[in-house]
Amino acid sequence: MVRLVARTAAGGALPQTIGGLTLAEHLPEAITAVMPFDGQEGAVSDDMGMPFPAPGRTSEADGALAIWAGRHLALVLGAPPRSSHGAISDQSDAWAVFDLTGPGGAEALARLCPVDTRAAQFPPGHTARSLLGHVHASITRLKDDRLRIMVPRSMAHTAIHDLTRAMGHALRSQSAG
Amino acid sequence: MRIAGRGLVDPGRVIGFSFDGRPYTGLAGDSLASALLANGVRLMGRSFKYHRPRGVMTAGSDEPNALVTVGRGGDRRPNERAPMVELFDGMEAVSQNRWPGLGLDVMAVNDLLSPLLGAGFYYKTFMWPRAFWERVYEPLIRRAAGLGALSGLPAPDVSDKVFGHCDLLVIGAGPAGLMAALVAGRAGADVILADERDRMGGRLLDEDEMLGGAPARAWVAASLEELDSLPNVRRMARTTVTGAYDGGTYGALQRGAPGAVHHSFWRIAARRAVLCAGALERGIAFPGNDRPGVMMAGAVRRYLHRHGVAAGQSVAVFGNNDSAHRTARDLHAAGVRVAALIDTRPEVPQYADYETFAGAEVVATRGRLGLRGITIRQNGRERRLRADTLAVSGGWNPAVHLTCHMNARPLWRDDIAGFVPPEGAIPGLGVAGAAAGVFSTHGALSTGARAALAALSDLGLRATMPDLPGAEDAPFAITPHWQVAGRGRAWLDLQNDVTTKDVAQAARENFRSVEHMKRYTTLGMATDQGKGSNVNALAVLADATGRGIAETGTTTFRPPYVPVPIAAMGAGASGAGYAPQRFTPSHGASVEKGAPMIEAGLWYRPGWFPRPGETTWRESCDREVAMVRNAVGICDVSTLGKIDIQGPDAAAFLDFVYANRFSTLKPGRVRYGLMLREDGHVMDDGTTACLAPGHYVMTTTTAAAAPVLKHLEFVSQVLRPEWNLRLAPVTEQWAQFAVAGPRSRDLLNALLDDEIGNDAWPFMSCGAVSVCGVAARLFRISFSGEHAYEIAVPARYGDSLFRLLVALAEGLGGGAYGMEALNVLRIEKGHLTDAEIDGRTTACDLGMGRMVSPDKDCIGKMMAARPGLRDPARERLVGLRPVDPQAPVSAGAHLFNPGDKAERVHDQGHVTSVAWSPTLNSNLALAFLKHGPARLGERIRLVDHLRGHDTLCIVTDPVAFDPEGGRLRG
Repeated sequence: MVRLVARTAAGGALPQTIGGLTLAEHLPEAITAVMPFDGQEGAVSDDMGMPFPAPGRTSEADGALAIWAGRHLALVLGAPPRSSHGAISDQSDAWAVFDLTGPGGAEALARLCPVDTRAAQFPPGHTARSLLGHVHASITRLKDDRLRIMVPRSMAHTAIHDLTRAMGHALRSQSAG
Repeated sequence: MRIAGRGLVDPGRVIGFSFDGRPYTGLAGDSLASALLANGVRLMGRSFKYHRPRGVMTAGSDEPNALVTVGRGGDRRPNERAPMVELFDGMEAVSQNRWPGLGLDVMAVNDLLSPLLGAGFYYKTFMWPRAFWERVYEPLIRRAAGLGALSGLPAPDVSDKVFGHCDLLVIGAGPAGLMAALVAGRAGADVILADERDRMGGRLLDEDEMLGGAPARAWVAASLEELDSLPNVRRMARTTVTGAYDGGTYGALQRGAPGAVHHSFWRIAARRAVLCAGALERGIAFPGNDRPGVMMAGAVRRYLHRHGVAAGQSVAVFGNNDSAHRTARDLHAAGVRVAALIDTRPEVPQYADYETFAGAEVVATRGRLGLRGITIRQNGRERRLRADTLAVSGGWNPAVHLTCHMNARPLWRDDIAGFVPPEGAIPGLGVAGAAAGVFSTHGALSTGARAALAALSDLGLRATMPDLPGAEDAPFAITPHWQVAGRGRAWLDLQNDVTTKDVAQAARENFRSVEHMKRYTTLGMATDQGKGSNVNALAVLADATGRGIAETGTTTFRPPYVPVPIAAMGAGASGAGYAPQRFTPSHGASVEKGAPMIEAGLWYRPGWFPRPGETTWRESCDREVAMVRNAVGICDVSTLGKIDIQGPDAAAFLDFVYANRFSTLKPGRVRYGLMLREDGHVMDDGTTACLAPGHYVMTTTTAAAAPVLKHLEFVSQVLRPEWNLRLAPVTEQWAQFAVAGPRSRDLLNALLDDEIGNDAWPFMSCGAVSVCGVAARLFRISFSGEHAYEIAVPARYGDSLFRLLVALAEGLGGGAYGMEALNVLRIEKGHLTDAEIDGRTTACDLGMGRMVSPDKDCIGKMMAARPGLRDPARERLVGLRPVDPQAPVSAGAHLFNPGDKAERVHDQGHVTSVAWSPTLNSNLALAFLKHGPARLGERIRLVDHLRGHDTLCIVTDPVAFDPEGGRLRG
């Protein structure tokens, strides 16, 4: 029987390491958009097994990460939640997910993103919808040295181009500084 | 001349460089200007208009004269200010605006013509003949007057744009800035300290001064060390804050290390800021004040103390304030001959053993390519003195520039003879030190600390006034002295060659407003933006017009404070960084097949898929159309917008946003919908599928995906907030392919895990299917007019499915088709794109008036009912077919009745889309024609004035092929 072959958003373009920073593609089990209907955040939280994330924050349980992504919207990375109290849509393939790991990730992001992503202002558990260059993105700090960046799949190629350029410039400014 | 043992240069590190091709050496820590002065080179440039020989005048970013070009090839950078260029090994610098050379410049003939070339000369002289301005005069003037030239090569895209954030931005790292940064840093605030020089310390590095009982430099070093120990303080040297903008945003230009060609352009969002940018020394306008060797007195001190360089061997000092005396004292102490100290004030102290002239003026200078001597006048008697350098101080202008970037006007203070920033000029920006008109070191330290405390209090941080180190606290004594009367030209703006006479002439010719004077004389319009000339010029203007300086006012200060290379502002925006590239799931496979890509918004879509032997796009396109009409074609339609709509009120919502009814749409069915704007015109069209009760997927055109989602969000959040539904864009999730043609079902059945038939899957049905074990969605819809489907799988499988579909299609006599064939197919069927839905057309214009349901409300319904929008005389959609099928038709052409002249007044409509139909062997067009549907069968002239087409056409129904739609139902 013929089988369809899956391709990741980044294809073979990642990982790339520049200086102390590594940009790698992350492949969650699934990405599910969860949008509670009016007044149903509590019920949806129960179904998700974790609190629906507050604006600008994430929520975690059982290996699943819920990232706030807009009004009434969380993206759950991990096992797909089920709920009849909200609109659920599979977006596993809608997003290219990158992890930027290493010291100074915020230095690189500062070349592309107008939001302050330094760990002091944007500690683990914080997330923002913002710009990555010209591309709209979801940016989350997972750890002190790890940022998760999600962009629309069709623009993965552009995001990798822009991010690796920014990583190079961040390295240049560190070595010059 | 190098003075051993002085300056912050490293005598152990000799650096080789060249200027105008001649090799020189300097020391690490030199600027190009200081190194040239150390080598005795004083002639560094030619002036803009008269090509006068000029030397370096300042030691900072306000330098008007010593503009040089540094580097070669694409890296070549013109108009670099020599005092700001840090020396590096192998530097190649050349002077500008001279031919053949700096010493002998034939363009200096302009100087002889200067009596003819004064203010307003261009406006008066080059009036006639009219046509000569663009062709003759302007090119000539541009060639004769000028700055450095760009290389003409693409600049390497090495610069960078950066966003910065902080609690407190401290602008300038002199005593005020360092103190402000220390206070804020110690209190735990997130601080950025930006300073435009390569070393921080400001004038503390430029003066011989004690601070806290030790040399000021020791305090600077200790302060910098402390700041570097604080993780919450970022020090940015070589960084000029260039502009103040709304919301606490500041622009800043950061230069690379010596020799680096890149810049970083920063946008810094600061909750609070303190301006500690110091003051800029100004000159005095006396005759011949532009010769190489005439310099600012403070600059002479900076070269001495910062770089260990004496500006000359015999230096005269001329001033109207105490700081001039400092220059004489310091030079004397360093063993440099002080030829004389000339002070305009009648009573001045004698500090050391050099000749002092009180109540005196410099009235003339000598020396063609460099100063040789001066003439002074005291008590009406003139006297000539020998000197190779004249250090001038006419006072200090606080650097108010940034405070005026949001339209504030500075305030005049008589006691310091300078403009100071008004309170609250920029929200959140405090001012300290010399920038606020506080000229003593103690004053700088204390106002810097206080400004930081005020900012910290705003930020909710606690701090107390620190103990300040003991510092010089002399009052600033100045008697204004703007110009010296005498023969010869006295220069105000050295960059644009504007003299006191030009300003007086402007006033005489009634350009009395300072803004008019500026534009008439071009004063302050050069790259230095009048940093050195502005205040002197308006003082001269005030004098000429009999007004006070405060009343005369300043011109408007605008960003940027220093020139910013376009390469820095546009960093990263060339090549792939220019705009995002959106690739469809089939992109790689299409490129492999040699398909040329067409940009559709940010998307890249295949135009056609050339096959061996096909030499033009038309051959490929015709074949692809035939494939779809006769067999089966595959086209990636993933770019169409897809919006997932769920919720108990989703059906009511669709009824409201679409002109036609959707609440009757059953699960498993698809309906074509027309969406109106609030003003009644058509916004977009597309299909919406009902996947389950209360669950829909709306498709939009590619271009309208984002605008439609925005519109739906607006309706949901603002117009109908009580309706319970959610909108999610899912365009990116799905790879979706059109499978179109009479063999489409055969093809799908070879692939689907369960075969489909016509009864279960009629036209406009949809549902879940499984393709090769992958859950997919199937829609039986058609843009081509054929029996067709669209199949959607998760995007990760898109590449694989596309290759499979195309291979199967090729086996059936079909294959992939691109945008060109897609367009031909839809034009044959009279289907619409945004060529027709252009924002000006109504449902009636498009022949879809009856789609606006009379039984329900919808957005745009009321406005669409306006008589003007329902007028049958409007231009309405028709098809056109040329009488001669091969005759040319073109989009953009206009329509005229055969008997009329092809002129605007006879316009009957216009053409929106055209195609060669291989199916019908004829050119076809879609057009908007007055009374269109009532004129079927009539003849109309299609005239394209640009391309020269004039084609007689027959008006037809928009649907040229299979008007009954039998093929759809296959």
